[in-house]
Amino acid sequence: MSLILDAEKCTACGACVDSCPFGVLSLKGETLVIGEGCTLCGACVEVCEAQALSVPETEDPSPRPGVPPGGVWVFAEQRHGVLAPVTRELLGEATRLAKEIDAAVAAVLLGDKVEHLVPELQAAGAQRVYLAEHPLLAEFLEEPYAAALTELARRFQPEIILAGATYAGRAFIPQVAANLKTGLTADCTAFAIDPEKRLLQQTRPAFGGNIMATIITPRTYPQMATARPGTFKPLSSGSSADGQVVRVEFNPGETAPHSRFLATVAEIKERVPLAGAEVIVAGGRGLKDAKNFKLLEELADLLGGAVGATRAAVDAGWIAYPQQIGQTGKTVSPRLYIACGISGAAQHLVGMQSSDFIVAINKDPAAPIFQVADVGLVGDVLEIVPALIQEIKKSRNV
Amino acid sequence: MKIVVCIKQVPETQDVRLDPVTHTLKREGIKSIINPFDLYALEEGLRVKESQGGTVTVLTMGPPQAEEALREALGLGADAAVLLSDRAFAGADTWATALTLAKAVEKLGGADLIFTGKQAIDGDTAQVGPMMASIMNISLASWARKVSFNTAGKAEVERLLDHGYDAVEVDLPALISVTKEINEPRLPSFKAKLKAKKEPIPVWGLADLGLNAAEVGLAGSFTQVVKVFPPPARGTSETWEGSPQDLAARLWQRLQEMT
Repeated sequence: MSLILDAEKCTACGACVDSCPFGVLSLKGETLVIGEGCTLCGACVEVCEAQALSVPETEDPSPRPGVPPGGVWVFAEQRHGVLAPVTRELLGEATRLAKEIDAAVAAVLLGDKVEHLVPELQAAGAQRVYLAEHPLLAEFLEEPYAAALTELARRFQPEIILAGATYAGRAFIPQVAANLKTGLTADCTAFAIDPEKRLLQQTRPAFGGNIMATIITPRTYPQMATARPGTFKPLSSGSSADGQVVRVEFNPGETAPHSRFLATVAEIKERVPLAGAEVIVAGGRGLKDAKNFKLLEELADLLGGAVGATRAAVDAGWIAYPQQIGQTGKTVSPRLYIACGISGAAQHLVGMQSSDFIVAINKDPAAPIFQVADVGLVGDVLEIVPALIQEIKKSRNV
Repeated sequence: MKIVVCIKQVPETQDVRLDPVTHTLKREGIKSIINPFDLYALEEGLRVKESQGGTVTVLTMGPPQAEEALREALGLGADAAVLLSDRAFAGADTWATALTLAKAVEKLGGADLIFTGKQAIDGDTAQVGPMMASIMNISLASWARKVSFNTAGKAEVERLLDHGYDAVEVDLPALISVTKEINEPRLPSFKAKLKAKKEPIPVWGLADLGLNAAEVGLAGSFTQVVKVFPPPARGTSETWEGSPQDLAARLWQRLQEMT
């Protein structure tokens, strides 16, 4: 299938060429050439004043099925009986979405001896909790988690499933979508409901955050998405904890499992975890040395925040990979992000530019980090950070 | 050991910038490269082959020019490469891509191990690998930093999760996605590069894979992109200069006002 060009209508104005996010359109004289790599995103169709371009109608042999009854589901991620913060965030967002389509919100809780989390989920917005407990679900593994959620979805027919775009979520949710033969959108940062078609509009960054795309799952259910932690707001006032609990037997199947948990070999020791941190102090190449990360730790401690880093700092061995923020590391969106000695490569910016307030400290006034900062301090980070630490201590009489 | 490495040709993302005035993407001089994470997957495949014996076949789906990426992989030491290319594959979402790749592995006669990078740097979805494992009904271990084999012939994988690193054991065949911690990719060798130039690269299309047009590309996709737009611009920024002490005092005052 390819883009349809009505050559008679085309005026060779070139508007579509500029609009194409993928650079596949070009003008050869007065003729529009559609190159390889078109994703049929339709950006060119919108800008074409002559209406010479169109996206082919999807051949759809099966009509869209009726809306399933199961409502909006949130995968309640937990480890060792402690909920991941993204669970509450997604229950907040699910509550908002469910209101628009007049559906119920349910949480799916998988684990071993995790029933005590049910009231927390109800307070966070779950009107119903599906609970499956089994020793095989005690530690995260793709295979049993995908099997359990697939089975639940087949049985109780959700309209929408949301899960956190955590390492675990991004590992097994695609398997659930594949098992259910339905669409999945990764790492979303915004959701809306198309009221006419009752479709979930899922917005996410692509191309390293340089473009945003809105995606739908038009023909199949459930509509599935993983969502970026720290992006959505939990409910401010808890709902009543008198919802329904549906206990489900997890049946691991007749054959022995193909994967086994052996051991946790390293725990990431974060004083404050990056995921869900309200304040993050991050360092880059400008810190010059591993020992200078102690300064950032001190500042982060004073602000009750976490410490992050750029890829350059991680590659230099100054700080461990799990602290890396950016395209090849974690994505964060704290209330306050202090970028210390970070030049602001596009790959770093995509991991932090949705932070509420960004402070940049850098010697080079032309550093790209200043383009995304709310406040930029031009100067030596190794002088400014110690001065800031002193200032905070002074004001607190420490 | 039959090893398949799935790679993707991507634009070098850092070059893709939005023009702040026209809101169009500046594309001058964008190079196509092998997705950086896939180089770690290929390296791991080559290392497993070197320690366990076997062959490494590289697979990609893309337009005809994706052959360049395969030649580069051959130059790094892969034994064979197959390009999946067909007009019908255009506009594929992660499901349709995974299905096409899974069919190709099947046509290759299956694999004991499939390596993929953590994610591709253009789409950043990290979905194709896990979906392939589901479609093929094989084991999956995501985000590996270490892969070894025990005496039972199973793979032991150390992998990253939000809390740290877990060790898991998976039966073969398995699909393993790797992070950049796993190894240091090698440079191409002169000998392999010479061989890579001449190596025939088969191109498989729809009919070769026994798929029909409704199952692949846009038609076979469950998701659909309805809108593409530039990210919202950030608020106006202020830049301050002065002595470290002045700057620190001003900043602390500002931060206190915020809360």
